[in-house]
Amino acid sequence: MKALAARRHDRRAPVVLLLLALLLTGALYAVVAPTSADAAPAAATGDVETGEKLFQANCATCHGPDATGTQDVPSLVGVGAAAVDFQVGTGRMPMQMNGPQAQAKPVQFDEEQIAALAAYVASLGPGPAIPTAEQVDPALGDAASGMALFRTNCAMCHNAVGAGGALSQGKWAPNLWETTPTHLYEAMATGPQSMPVFNDATLTPDEKRDIIAFLDLQGEATPGGIDLGSLGPVSEGLWAWVVGMGLLIGAAVWIGARSS
Amino acid sequence: MSTTTTTAPSGGARAAAATADYLDQRTGVGKAVKEFARKIFPDHWSFLLGEIALYSFVTLLISGVFLTMFFVPSMTEVHYDGPWRELQGVAMSEAFASTLRLSFEVRGGLLMRQIHHWAALIFMAAIVTHMMRVFFTGAFRKPREINWVVGFVLMILGLAAGFSGYSLPDDVLSGNGLRITDGVVKSIPILGSYLSYFLFGGEFPGHDIIPRLFTVHILLVPGLILALIALHLFLVVLHKHTQYPGSGRTNANVVGFPLFPVYVAKAGGYFFLVFGVIALMGATMSINPVWNYGPYDPSPVSAGAQPDWYMLFLEGSLRMMPGQLEYMIGDYTLSLNVLIPAMVVPGVLFMLLALYPFVEAFATGDKREHHVLDRPRNRPYRTAFGVSVLVAFFILVLAGSNDLIATHFHLSINDITWVFRFLLFLGPWASFVVTKRICLALQRKDRELVLHGHETGQIVRFASGEYIEVHKPLDAHERWLRVQHEAIRPLEIEPAEDSRGVRRKGYRADALRQRLSRVFYEDRIEPVTPAELEAAHSHGDHDALGSDQEKAPAELLAGGAPVGGGTHLVAGPSDETGPDARNS
Repeated sequence: MKALAARRHDRRAPVVLLLLALLLTGALYAVVAPTSADAAPAAATGDVETGEKLFQANCATCHGPDATGTQDVPSLVGVGAAAVDFQVGTGRMPMQMNGPQAQAKPVQFDEEQIAALAAYVASLGPGPAIPTAEQVDPALGDAASGMALFRTNCAMCHNAVGAGGALSQGKWAPNLWETTPTHLYEAMATGPQSMPVFNDATLTPDEKRDIIAFLDLQGEATPGGIDLGSLGPVSEGLWAWVVGMGLLIGAAVWIGARSS
Repeated sequence: MSTTTTTAPSGGARAAAATADYLDQRTGVGKAVKEFARKIFPDHWSFLLGEIALYSFVTLLISGVFLTMFFVPSMTEVHYDGPWRELQGVAMSEAFASTLRLSFEVRGGLLMRQIHHWAALIFMAAIVTHMMRVFFTGAFRKPREINWVVGFVLMILGLAAGFSGYSLPDDVLSGNGLRITDGVVKSIPILGSYLSYFLFGGEFPGHDIIPRLFTVHILLVPGLILALIALHLFLVVLHKHTQYPGSGRTNANVVGFPLFPVYVAKAGGYFFLVFGVIALMGATMSINPVWNYGPYDPSPVSAGAQPDWYMLFLEGSLRMMPGQLEYMIGDYTLSLNVLIPAMVVPGVLFMLLALYPFVEAFATGDKREHHVLDRPRNRPYRTAFGVSVLVAFFILVLAGSNDLIATHFHLSINDITWVFRFLLFLGPWASFVVTKRICLALQRKDRELVLHGHETGQIVRFASGEYIEVHKPLDAHERWLRVQHEAIRPLEIEPAEDSRGVRRKGYRADALRQRLSRVFYEDRIEPVTPAELEAAHSHGDHDALGSDQEKAPAELLAGGAPVGGGTHLVAGPSDETGPDARNS
């Protein structure tokens, strides 16, 4: 001990201590570290504990360590697994930038992590669950009923065929042609951002599936030719001037030109 | 052998001659045909803009007849049972069901529908473009004021045709349009609700509106349009065609080709081009896909719901209007928030257009006939006025598309609306000022060119050390183009009282006219007069420059072209006496 005490003030002591500390940390990590991702895939219900860790690392900065939110950021207690699956699954969360609304961007987590996050948030309080494959199967829905429902409930923001539209103050309703049936269902059930919630009393699960069936038919080739973005008469008028009048005035100049 | 040879006419030619003779003896049509075939038509592409409108109208008639064969103008409720999956079993009016049948089951029906609708958009676009040409070149001046009014009424009828046709399929989009119409009609003070009940045969939408619109769309409006087109063209033949200014072109002649055979071939060919372009659009580009909107019911209004482009200014006007101007007077509601954007704004725009020729004639006091067109720069006030009306129209159109601007350019729709509110007042004013300045600047440039010639890029140094740039004088034809117009000066009127102090009758009207003409013509650039031209060309002689210095630039020029007169002028016009190449 005396020798050790004598060497305590040696100028190499901090380096040795640091090395020892690193060694200890490495050894501890080897013991405690979570096993790699080839554990059993969490299908419908994710691992709540993993979810909590992911939450603390990625979401707690804004939503608070206990997910109760702040004045500007919503509490996640009771939003349910569906909200998490939608927001994180479409890349809207974690939000990259403050703006009129969160933008869909490349998804930041893999399916398993999303499931874990969803499971954690679902454990905080009861809320809408992620729908089953059967609930969102477009083949089981009735497109005609879906169109009628879509017209009265959705078209005023999302356009008659779901091509998207403008909302107030720079917000917008996105195009729905590329959205997966599950995300469509979750959006209806949870009402992300400016969208109202269509709970099961407003639109029954069957009706939600009808809407999904209708949307499944949109965005494909239209009977009339190029759809011009399905934006309505404004784009038609623009093309009438650009293509129609452009070609016709070109032809007029050609005819009016003198032969030489 | 005689100098003339006669060949026996063939059987076909004889039959044709006999038929023609038969007709001529009974109708005297030969004179009209001769007159018409020899009508001289000046050659310029912009004179074909009206023909686009005419030919797209013919296209509308042809495709419209086809559509009439299958469309059922009835609001009786039926349940759809056709190939379009999204509407299976849905309750809808017969009008909408027959439109769907026309689109999906009738052979060629969808193509015809799309041709009809694209032709309608092109028809209105061509009318507006043609009107712009007539306006900016001053083709509406005496004796053509009546034809301007006829054309204006044709445009309004085109709007009526477009609107009534747009409303026929009874889909959500057209129903929205009808609902707006209903609201606009109801906003008319006192008469509003009675007029609405009268139009719709009861409370909106009722069961009468589609059959009524059908009659309006296929009978009343096309009939009126046809009659007015006939009048429009008759007046064109009667007045002879206008022509752009140029040497040899006066108010007493028309320089161009006879209608037959050159223009008959060109114009006839142009019909097929117009029809071809419209058919191409109908075949490849989807328009008004009513099956996307579904049958009309008053509750849904989808995003992106707008009228066709020619009605978009009205939509924009409504969208821009702040909503606070609704007053309750006792039990009565005065909806200025609808009345102003939907009645006053279009009313002002249309009145400005319809009355402009008369206002301008009043301001100039010009009672002569005009057949040579103006170059827009030579009428700065008119050109600036036209541009500012167009800018106002364009801002209204953009305001009608504010939602699409918001989504496509990632802007806030509220901000866009506010910007347009200011622009509606500032834009026309700013564009007026700028356009007028540009016109005056171009006129100054014309003066400069006439007086000093074109820049050649050749820099010459004199023995004295002075540098000048060599200018090439204009040839006579080009000079004529730039000096032929007359400068209109503000009117000078007689004093209010005569020498004995008696008040003169009509002084007030004259004073108004003078004030107006001052607004129109106070800022002006006078065209170069022969005296000024003479002075400019000879001023070199009186310059301080010596005669040997003056020779220097000419000697440096290849070919030894003669000196045009002044120091800065070289290489005289090539052939001033020959005919203008532009006329042949």
